[in-house]
Amino acid sequence: MSIIRRALIAVSWFALVAAPSFAFQAPAAQDGFVPISEVPPSERLPAAPFVIGAYAFFLVLMVVYIWSISRRLNHVQHEMKVLEQRTTQATAQGSARR
Amino acid sequence: MPKIFAPLAVVAALMLAYAPVAVAGAPYESTMLLVQKIFYFHISSWIAMSAAITVCALGSAVYLFTSSEKADHYGFAGAELTLIFCTFGLVSGSLWARKAWGQWWQWDAKLTMALMLELVFVGYLLVRKYAGPGSEKLAAAMGIFGAATAPFIYKAADWWRTIHPKTSVVPTLKPAMWNVVWFCASAFLLLFVLLLMMRVRLEERRAELDRLYLEADA
Repeated sequence: MSIIRRALIAVSWFALVAAPSFAFQAPAAQDGFVPISEVPPSERLPAAPFVIGAYAFFLVLMVVYIWSISRRLNHVQHEMKVLEQRTTQATAQGSARR
Repeated sequence: MPKIFAPLAVVAALMLAYAPVAVAGAPYESTMLLVQKIFYFHISSWIAMSAAITVCALGSAVYLFTSSEKADHYGFAGAELTLIFCTFGLVSGSLWARKAWGQWWQWDAKLTMALMLELVFVGYLLVRKYAGPGSEKLAAAMGIFGAATAPFIYKAADWWRTIHPKTSVVPTLKPAMWNVVWFCASAFLLLFVLLLMMRVRLEERRAELDRLYLEADA
């Protein structure tokens, strides 16, 4: 009876301790990297769109920024013209009243 | 605009048009291959950003001590250009990282600090736009604070454990790669000078308009 009990304890102990440690063993080390030709197409990430994307983004950013500066500059110059016209009109009206 | 602006603009346009051809002709880096070619515009953008942040810091410091209007114009222009070139640096870096690291972004020291720098300059522009009269001084202080972080960002990959390549990688480039780096960096610096001239001109005209309004009221 005691032998059976001991055997059961030993098996339980093995199941509790040894089995998980076998289960969590590190996978065998790879010899090297997997060549790109062996990687499935869904896992490959071609570089060209990223390179072209970066250069295209720069071009768009610069065009938008230069357009933004020239728009603001035109706006200020237009406002200056309007103000000058108003000042000239006010001066002319003032001298006419006198 | 100064007379030299038009010839410089033509030279910059030609250089920037030729830059992708020069980059395409540069040797391939052995491990990263094609995606490494983002590097030429990426590093040039950070060089231009360094020039912009230096102009911003110097302009802001001179403005804080002397209240010179011209210095404030340069500080403001430098801050806006810092934001532009920093934005491109972050986006181009992210595109490179997606291919090289498999991720668009990593919260490591260098990248996070660069993003913080971008946010400081977003804050600078918001202060200039919405904080009302007297905001120039506060913004100038922000510009100096932002510029003080730039050397830490540059050295972050050397000082802390980050995924970003270290600065020691750059001197190992082949001479043929260096030619392209210098060409692209020169094109970006020339573009920066032109944009700075345009941006300072805008601030000068705005200041003139403000003076006209004051005269009209008086």
